[in-house]
Parts: sequence; C-alpha cells; structure tokens
Amino acid sequence: MIPVIVICIYLVIIGVIGSLAYRKSKANTEDFFLANRSVGEMVFFLSLFATNMTAFAILGSSGQAYRQGIGIYGLMASSSGFVIPLTIFFIGTRLWALGKRFGHQTQVAFFRDRWECDTIGTVIFALSTLMLVPYMIISIMGGGTVLAHLSDAGGTRPPIISYPIGCAVVAVVVTLGVFLGGMRGTVWVNILQTTLFLCFGAVAVVTISHALPGGFGEYIAKLAGDPKTSFLVTRQKMPPQAFWSYTLIPLSSIMFPHMAIMCFSARRVTAFKRTVVLYPLAIMLIWLPCVFLGVLGAATLGKVADADGILLLMLEKYAPVWLAGILGAGIISAVLGSDAHQVLALSTMFTKDIYQHYGGREKYGEKAAVHFARAFIIIVTLAAYIIALELKAKQGIFEIAIRYAFSGFAALAPVMVAALFWKRSTKWGALAATLFTAACLIYFALLQNFGHPGDVIWQIGQGKDAIKVLFLNPRGDVSFWNGFMTVVPMVFGSAFSMIAVSLLTRAPSAATIAKYFPKQGTVSVGRATEPPPAVEQYIPKAA
Amino acid sequence: MKLKTCLLTPLLVVVYVLHQDFWNWKEAYPLIFGFLPIGLAYQAGYSILAAAVMAILVRTAWPKHLENVEAEVREPKGERL
Repeated sequence: MIPVIVICIYLVIIGVIGSLAYRKSKANTEDFFLANRSVGEMVFFLSLFATNMTAFAILGSSGQAYRQGIGIYGLMASSSGFVIPLTIFFIGTRLWALGKRFGHQTQVAFFRDRWECDTIGTVIFALSTLMLVPYMIISIMGGGTVLAHLSDAGGTRPPIISYPIGCAVVAVVVTLGVFLGGMRGTVWVNILQTTLFLCFGAVAVVTISHALPGGFGEYIAKLAGDPKTSFLVTRQKMPPQAFWSYTLIPLSSIMFPHMAIMCFSARRVTAFKRTVVLYPLAIMLIWLPCVFLGVLGAATLGKVADADGILLLMLEKYAPVWLAGILGAGIISAVLGSDAHQVLALSTMFTKDIYQHYGGREKYGEKAAVHFARAFIIIVTLAAYIIALELKAKQGIFEIAIRYAFSGFAALAPVMVAALFWKRSTKWGALAATLFTAACLIYFALLQNFGHPGDVIWQIGQGKDAIKVLFLNPRGDVSFWNGFMTVVPMVFGSAFSMIAVSLLTRAPSAATIAKYFPKQGTVSVGRATEPPPAVEQYIPKAA
Repeated sequence: MKLKTCLLTPLLVVVYVLHQDFWNWKEAYPLIFGFLPIGLAYQAGYSILAAAVMAILVRTAWPKHLENVEAEVREPKGERL
C-alpha cells in the first residue's frame, strides 16, 4: 500500500505543476508548443534527457541484462552516450538556429521550406507519425504494467491499481499535463522526473548492496564460475555484428519528432553545450546500475517468470517499502516524461504541419489552433488508451513496431544531414530516401510476421562458403549479411538514395540555397549578409 | 582543411572504434572495484570518455556563428524557464 501512496503523492505533484504552467501560458502556438523558445540551459538538459528516456531505460535494460548479460550496456547505452550527443551537437544546434531565424517549429516545416516542396514534408510527416504512434501506445501499456506490479505486494494479492486503471492513470496524468501546460508544463514536470530517475539507479544499488551479506563480488564470481551463467558477465553469446549494428540506432534520436521539437525550444544555443557534455554521464547513471542489477538478479533470484520485472522484484525483496515506492515513482517518471513529449510532438505536428499548413490558421485564427491542439491531445491519448487495453495481449506487435521504428528514424538521419549540410541535395533525393525507408520497414515487418526463424530469403553461394544476405535469425529477427541488423542496409541504402537521386535531379532554386547556405564569411545556417526579415514574415510560408 | 578539423575528425573516428572492445568479449575478470566485470567497467569508462570528447568538441569546435542568430532575432518575451 505504501508504494501506491508514494506514487499517488508524486502524481498529484505532477498535476499541480501542470496547472501552474497553465496559468503562465499564452494563447499562441509558439508558447504552447515551444514554451516561447525560452527554455534555459539546465532545464533544457533535464527535459531533453527526459524526452529520450522511456521506461525501457530502467525496466527493459535490467530485463535484457537478466537475459543477455552485461553486453546490453555497451550495446545500447555507451554507444548512445557517444552518438546522441554528437547528433545534438551537429544537428540539434543547427535546427535550433533555423527555428529561431525562420520560425520553424517542426522538422517537417523545415524540410518543406528547404526543398520547396509540400509533398516531401507530408510524406515524412506520415512516416514519422506511423512510427511514433506505437511508441506512445507502448508507453501507456508500460505505465499500466508498472503500476500493477508495484501495487500487488510482490504478487501475493491482486494489484490495488489494476492494469486498466494504471493505463488510465498514466493517460490522464499525461493528458492533463500536456493539455494544460503544453511544452512549458511538460518541461517543468521533466525537472522533477529527470532528477528522480537519475537518482534511482544509485539509490537502488546502495540499498540492495546493504541487503546482500556477501557483497556484489561474491555473486558476480558465482555467475562467472558457472558455465551455464558465465555468458551473463561476458559477451560470448552476443554477435559482434549486432553489437556494431547497434551503434547506428542512436542516429534515430534526433529524428524523433519530440527530440527535434525540443531542440527548437531552447532560449539560447549555448544551452546545448551543457547537454552534450552531461548526456553520456546521465545515460551511465541510469543504465549502469540497472544493467548491473539485472545481471545480479540472475544470481540472487534465479529464474523468474517476467524478466522485465526483475528490478521491481529485487526492490520488493531488498528495499524498504517506502523506498520501493519512491523508486517506483522514478520508474513512472521515465514513462510519463517521454510519453508527454510524444503526445505533445504529435499534437504539434498535426496542428502545424497539417491544420495550419493547409489553411486552418487563416480560416480560424491563432487561438483556435491552440484549441485544436488541445482537442487533438485528448483524442490521441484516448485512442492510445483504448488500444492499450484492447491489444494488451498483442504487446509484442508494438514492441516489434518500435524496434523497426528506431531503424526507420535512424534511416531518415541522412535526409536531415543532407538538408543541413549539402546544398546540392534535392527534394527528389529526400523523397527517394524516405520511400526507401518506408519500403524497408514494410518489407521487414512482413518478413518478421510471416517468416519463420531460420528462413533464408536471399543467399549468395552454396554450402559452407554461402553468405546469407537476408534471413531470419534463430530468434525470428530479420538479419542482414551473416548477422548485421536491418538498420545497417536501411541507413546506408537511404544515404545512397539521397545522394544518387539528388545528383540526377535539379538542385533547389538559388534563392533557397542562398537562404540556407549564405556565402563564406557569414553564418553557415540561417545567417544572411543582409539583416533578415522579421520572424513573423516567414511563418505563414514555413509553418 | 582546417587544422582543427584534421585533429578532431580522427579523434571522433578513434573513439567510435574504441567502442568495439573485442578483446574483452569473452573475459569476465578482472572484476573492477571487486564486483564490476571488465567488459562492463570498460564500457562505463567509455561513457566517461564520450563525455570528455564532447567537452573537447564544445571547447574547440563550438559553432560560435550560431550564437549570432540570437542577436538577429528578437528575444523571446517572458521569463526564462
């Protein structure tokens, strides 16, 4: 009961912060979606980090470590700690400058203007939305599952907060926060959330270490000494091809609409400085304890029915109940933080890229756009809630969708790089890369659903020397060239499409190139030799 | 190519390659601090290295010209968050 009370108090605090943000809000879309581009340095870091951390960072990481061992940290965390800050440094800062100068509020608005083409924006909008929606649904599912886990007293009684009620709580809290406070409310809440889940790992490790009489070393030595479990403290069962492939996945981060939109919200470009330096350390603070405790769970608890719940089981066994409640709030924070940004991003995209772009603002005015955004938030969360209840048994489908969504967003990264750094890139190149990505996603998803583990789709040569180009591995995942992940052909194929088709088609107009790539001696992104027109002048065209 | 670019590009490539610590692949020992398997400790160290590299990038390759954009456009109204 105590963990439930602690979580309820936490949720009330979140609600209060959302309502305070509502009082500060103004009736225009720039304020609602981007907090008037006024997010300061430390808040920007905390919020950007919350945007990118889902419940997977805590529960999924420990669950995967329980199954596959310590390699999970290098596979997902340390590579992200290098690649994501790099993308924020090179791409995020440029996006910020373009948003500040030309009034763009979404990636789609930038692409439309950069390549003088509505269609490319609409195609990227449709693909991004399709890849983002399952992510949002699974956040609600994750929240419901966590709340049910935390309130069932270690499985000894039915949960006080059942799965449907847990999903409803997450949906309502997220909706209220985003509906009332928009980006401002979301960012304020993120300060509390990120602080909570950054502390989570260290507190959990210290608490559990006190409860284990022999200390951690004894358990790790036990795992290493047993041939059946030694793989958990090495990477002997982890294919090196998959380990390398995963370094491409973090390219997806900056292409997630909610991450890009966060980049537009910073007050100054210097806000990015602290973020890129602290980002790898923050990832380590969360992932290292969770991965370690996941592996430790294999030694201390043995076989468990639900590997993703290993951390919760350890907390229930080794931490006092009130602390388990606070730590549970840390986990819920991760769920709510990212989910709120996803909902807000979808709302921003629909309002700016569809409603306003196709004349909504001219017809109904700026205030109506904010009402539209709020109505959209309610509808989309309600739909996600219903789907989370109806398709609970099919959660695996959403997990597969998300796995491919990461590859899909990573494959769109070359489009962004070309838009920012390559003058000669064209709308046709961008369209080719986007369609290539969409085709790969559909094809690989169909293969995964209808194929069988071990199926070989395409092979070169015969016998021992045969190279399996495309096949389903023993776990049923689509693999490429003897074991690389599908993200590899998708990213390189997308980059190739972008380059080849751009070179074959006509470059954008001189005016557009001059706008985005001014001559030497001036700023490379968004700085003209002459004083620029006011931001408002661009808004009707760009957004 | 500028000297800075000539030095920073190989640095980034080397750090990217260092992530693939194949020499630790099948090793659990030594246990760092008495409990962290070497493979995990190495990757934790890699995270710290990544932060150090980002600090170097921020100091030496910061896109300072983008700061001028702030001066060009009006300051956002209202308080800083």
